[in-house]
Amino acid sequence: MYAKDGETYFIVDAHIALWDARPENRLNIHGKQFIDCFYDYHRNLSPDSELWSYEEFLYYGGERLMKDLFTDGHVDHAIFQPARLGAFYRNGFGQTEEAFALASRHPGKLTYNHCWDPRFAEDGLARLRRDAERFQLKGAKLYTAEWFGDSRGYRLDDPWSYRCLEAAQELGIRNIHIHKGPTIRPLDRDAFDVADVDKAATDFPELNFVVEHCGLPRLEDFCWIATQEPNVHAGLAVAMPFIHSRPRYFAQIIGELLYWLDENRIQFSSDYALWTPRWLVERFVDFQIPADMTEYPPLTVAQKKKILGLNAAAMYDIPVPAQCALAEPAGV
Amino acid sequence: MTPDTLEHRAHRALDRVVDPELDEPVTDLGFVRSLTVDGAGRLTLHLRLPTSFCAPNFAYLMASDAKDALTALPGVTAVTVLLDDHHDSETINRGLAADAGYRVTFGPEAEQDLADLRRTFRRKAHAAAMERALTRLLRARPGLSEQALYDIVLGDLPDDDVTRALLRRRAATGLGVAPTDAVLVDDAGRRPAPADIPLRLRRARSTRISIDGNAHFCRGLLRTRYPDATADRTPGARDATRRRHVS
Repeated sequence: MYAKDGETYFIVDAHIALWDARPENRLNIHGKQFIDCFYDYHRNLSPDSELWSYEEFLYYGGERLMKDLFTDGHVDHAIFQPARLGAFYRNGFGQTEEAFALASRHPGKLTYNHCWDPRFAEDGLARLRRDAERFQLKGAKLYTAEWFGDSRGYRLDDPWSYRCLEAAQELGIRNIHIHKGPTIRPLDRDAFDVADVDKAATDFPELNFVVEHCGLPRLEDFCWIATQEPNVHAGLAVAMPFIHSRPRYFAQIIGELLYWLDENRIQFSSDYALWTPRWLVERFVDFQIPADMTEYPPLTVAQKKKILGLNAAAMYDIPVPAQCALAEPAGV
Repeated sequence: MTPDTLEHRAHRALDRVVDPELDEPVTDLGFVRSLTVDGAGRLTLHLRLPTSFCAPNFAYLMASDAKDALTALPGVTAVTVLLDDHHDSETINRGLAADAGYRVTFGPEAEQDLADLRRTFRRKAHAAAMERALTRLLRARPGLSEQALYDIVLGDLPDDDVTRALLRRRAATGLGVAPTDAVLVDDAGRRPAPADIPLRLRRARSTRISIDGNAHFCRGLLRTRYPDATADRTPGARDATRRRHVS
């Protein structure tokens, strides 16, 4: 919870991770390349005061996560969105057991979403059913650029993807977070293209599709499908830290999202541990569209409250204290 | 570097190799790590990208375009292009050395060549260039409504870098470049009805914001990854018509 200028904001960090990228967990050079890429994101977009050492960044553990999010970070509730990366890391990148144990100890603060991979086919479907029951899943995180044997990615409109989405719908897993990456088969296509989300969103109208980093680097394609599909939402992972390094670009992203979607379909996240939430929350509450950008209306307090927490709270049925709620509730 | 040396000509040739996604030359982006020439006309080019996980298809496109541009230079006897520090470096470098082409290089992962991918991003580059030109015109003429952009032709635009960039993108996508040609057209050269213009312009704007944002992010990441990285060209030698900083 964060209070400023007489307003109280309920904060949901809708995309966090508990990862382990230490050398002993890496399977190959790609494990190092992947975490180095993350660390460069962290170094490039963080204020100097928020920089972590490389060692800290490789693994930080549950205790530090709780402190960074809930003690220091103003966060009321956070949602794990794990990436497995089984081709790069021995025990996976996202630490399933550790994160789930932490969420089980703090059910009011943490929600554990799990991941699936349609390329496991029948075995994967069986696994998805077991996982849904064990983790009591409300949502899932899909990384479409995950490597799997000779395959280096899949699409959301592949036949086995549809089988998994059908199962998810049946199992009550309503919130599908999609993260696009650079590899996919066939490699001749644009791997970041979000057209497959468009198809799936049309065919599964009961599911919510949260496109992480709001489709970046394909913001325009994402905005276009989101105007047409009411169950497509924007996750602000990776987009948030531009508020520091490139505030005018950040204003354009928020301005475009509010224009093409609406204020009920945008969710804050720090993408922890890529960035920490405290400074992002504080900066966002203080943020305003620059006066010379007349193409975008100013951001309202109600919009900021929805983006920072009320939208994700509505999607995940997270109770919101009365003093943080709006007269007109956020909708999903 | 004196103007007539092979090294100088090689750098100028690389100025024409663009990142198809960012629509900027690899030399401006700092993607050229080093270029060496020996006395026998053999060139060795090292390319680098902002992350190990930059999309391999774009990486291959740039590297093979660079090899083609260098091979075409008179006086060149051999060209080696190496992509450094990428998750697919080994595959791509092997393919480039053998002139294997995209489909052989990536084997079962490739279905077609990369022509469609290139076309997609040429269309986006055109939409962005069109939006820059028209937004600039709207700012310069406060009385001009968005719908009135229907009647604006290329000859109405000022003779400046933004217009020249638009003309280059139009030529690359096969659109007309005559002074009487309408500025506001879709990918196929069709003019939208005046009532549809505001939405068309908004879409083009989101494309422009996306491209500009990605270009800035990639430059920033490259500098984080390689702290010595700057554009590899000497200031002043640059093509004065080139758009360099956008925000």
